[in-house]
Parts: sequence; C-alpha cells; structure tokens
Amino acid sequence: MLNVGKIEEGFVLDHIKAGKSLDIYDHLQLDKLDCTVAIIKNARSNKMAKKDILKVECDIDMLDLDVLAFIDHNITVNVIKNGEIVEKKELTLPRQIRNVIHCHNPRCITSIEQELPHIFYLADAKKEIYRCRYCDEKYMPSAKWS
Amino acid sequence: MRHLMSPLDFTTDELDRLFDLANDIERNPAGYAHACDGKILATCFYEPSTRTRLSFESAMTRLGGRVMGFADAASSSAAKGESVSDTIRVISCYADICAMRHPKEGAPMVAAEKSRIPVINAGDGGHHHPTQTLTDLLTIRSLKGRLGGFTIGLCGDLKFGRTVHSLINALVRYENIRFIFISPEELRVPDYVTDMLKEKGIPYKEVIRLENVMPELDLLYMTRVQKERFFNEEDYVRLKDFYILNADRMSLAKEDMLVLHPLPRVNEISVEVDDDPRAVYFRQAQYGVYVRMALILTLLEIQVS
Ligand SMILES: [Zn+2]
Repeated sequence: MLNVGKIEEGFVLDHIKAGKSLDIYDHLQLDKLDCTVAIIKNARSNKMAKKDILKVECDIDMLDLDVLAFIDHNITVNVIKNGEIVEKKELTLPRQIRNVIHCHNPRCITSIEQELPHIFYLADAKKEIYRCRYCDEKYMPSAKWS
Repeated sequence: MRHLMSPLDFTTDELDRLFDLANDIERNPAGYAHACDGKILATCFYEPSTRTRLSFESAMTRLGGRVMGFADAASSSAAKGESVSDTIRVISCYADICAMRHPKEGAPMVAAEKSRIPVINAGDGGHHHPTQTLTDLLTIRSLKGRLGGFTIGLCGDLKFGRTVHSLINALVRYENIRFIFISPEELRVPDYVTDMLKEKGIPYKEVIRLENVMPELDLLYMTRVQKERFFNEEDYVRLKDFYILNADRMSLAKEDMLVLHPLPRVNEISVEVDDDPRAVYFRQAQYGVYVRMALILTLLEIQVS
C-alpha cells in the first residue's frame, strides 16, 4: 500500500466511498486553502473493501463539517494534533445547507433570480430527504452520492 | 411578525381561532367595518388572478382599509428586472401588509425573508395557495359545523390539482376523515398522497365513476377536468361526462351533502345544480372574503372588542 506521511495538525477523513474523494475535495473547497492535502484513492479497507482517504494539514476550524455530513455522514473525521488522533467526530445530517447544491426545479424562484442563495432544509431525517426552502423540491443526498 | 406561506403554517388551534374570528365577522360585519382604518394592503400580483385579487381587495375594503398594487407583471417593476427582494423592501415602506401572487414557486417566501410587513402567499405557481385552502376549511367548518367525522369525495383532476392536494394535506390533521378520490385513470391522485394516507392509517378509495359513490358522501369537492390533460381526444370525450355534476347525480346524494368548488366553474357543474341548497360554491366565495378579513386582522395583530 502507498504510504503517505503522518500529519502534525489537521484532519483525516476516513471511510470515504471509493472514488468520491475528489467530490469532497471540491465541496470542502480545499483548492482555496493553502495547505498540504493528500488524496488516497481505492485504499484497502476492512469495513468497505475499498475506500478513499483525505488527509488535510490545516486548522480544524477550516473544515465545514455540515457540508461533509450532508455529502456522506458515514465518513469518519479524525482530528489530529501533534501527530496523534485527539478526536473522532461523529457526523450528523445538518438541519440546513446553503449553496452546496442547487435547486433544479425550473418553476422555482431561484431559477430566475440568480442572486438568491440555494437553501435546502432537512425535511425527513430518517429518509434523508432535503427540500428546497423556496419550492420544496426534493433532494436525497444518498441517491446522488452512493 | 408572521407571514402566511403554506396552509400548514397555522396549527389546528390557531386555525380554530382564525375561523371563530371569521364567523364573528360573518355575524357582525358592521363591528369590523373600521378595524383597518388607516391601514394599506398591497396586492402584488405578478400574474393575473382576478378572483383572488378581488377577494383580497374586498376583504381589506370591508375592514375599512385601503388597497394598492399591481395586477400583472407587465405593470410592475419586475418588467424592468427588479427582484422580488427589492420590490418587497419598497412595498414595506408603502403598505402595512402584502398579498403576493407569483408564477414562480417560493417567490412569496423570498419576499417574506426581506419584508418588514406581513406577507400572504396568494398563490405561487403550482406550489401553495393557502388562502384557498383556508377558504375551503372555513366553508366546511361553518356549513357542516365541524372539521372531521365525514367522508369527502374529491372529483376531477386529482393529479395536477394543487387545490386538492393542499386540502387533503390540511384535512389529514383532523379526526375521522375518509377520502374518496373520483377521477379518470390519467388524472389519479399522485402516489405520494396515497402513500401518506396509508402511512397515517387514513381510509381512502379511488373510483372512476362519480354516481357509484354519491350516496356515501358528506362533502363533494369538484374540480375541472381540462382537455389538455389528456393524451388523446377520444379519451377526453369518453370520460368527460363522468365528471359532470348534474341534477340526476345530485338526486343520489344525501340530503345534507355539500358541494364545493374553488371556482371558476366551466361545465363540470351544470347550472341546474346551482339552485340546490346543497350547492355551496358561491357561499364558499363569500367565506373566502371572511377568511381573508380574519387573516388580515390576525397578521396585523388588530383586536376588535
Ligand atoms: Zn427550489
């Protein structure tokens, strides 16, 4: 297995669905951060056969856990300080997400007023259903990301 | 400050208070004739809906208030490209309350977020039309004496009919209601509605022919079956007469059954039914004014002693 060095301070996102690490890289806007990022694709895993891992060396506050939870709440977040795992964060579905996904309903007001934020609220936590704040268009993250 | 975006914004207790107020207005209109003296309602209609707009204007005028606004997008600042957010900020300076109709879903919600005055959704595309649902509920409660404990038939276009879906969603909050859906196969009530009823354990059945179920009904909610909804002319011609209410079919109904219709009616209810005391669709239009009066007072937090 490929070896990537330990990080001193930052976080390791483990158990990312194989092949999805770049999507997460995009959504967390890691391209905008001036820090070291290691993307490991198709790592072997006991839990899920194959998985992706993201290692990011930066201040933990830079990470938007809500966005991450929305994309895939099965991801394990390990917080690293002084080269050691100091915390494993549980992810829960955020109640509301802003400008992460766009409403695709052509009848929605957001389709004609470009400056409006795209806000989705958690309508059904059990079924993982989000709906557009304005038109109630349904969005299921699990259907999209699995 | 409160707005009205969806028929479910109010709890059933709050609706009871709203309907009690509407009934008090009905009994004693003179007592409310100056309740909104000095207040202004803005009717911001980005698409024409004369009936709804006039109902709001009548409501505010009967409360002693004044009305201003626009009746379609062409005569509004939207024609110059102004956003809903900007328009409502300006309207907030001119009026005390706003009724907004817009062809795009969620536009009144956008307005409510930026508004300094209460906003009433007067219809946003195929999404919500809460004052129609409140009108339907008030009519049923006033003329049946209760919300719940009845069998309601919904007839016509149950697939695309926003009015019907909103009414079902509002009625499931009450006890002992049984639904009978009467429609052609092409215009059946969507699965998400029947799934919701199954999940809540609310009884319903779906039938094709109106006359088969007439004797069971306590209420019949009629809607229009539009020709454009059919794939071909033959199906439309074959089926359309099933969904026309006439005197013959009325003769099968209970003596205290009530017929409602959101109006405008085209030909789905024969004019011969109009004089039947069970036909209450014009009284429904009257209740539409009372419920809007009660709503304006409630949102403006005006108490009449
Ligand atoms: Zn939307």
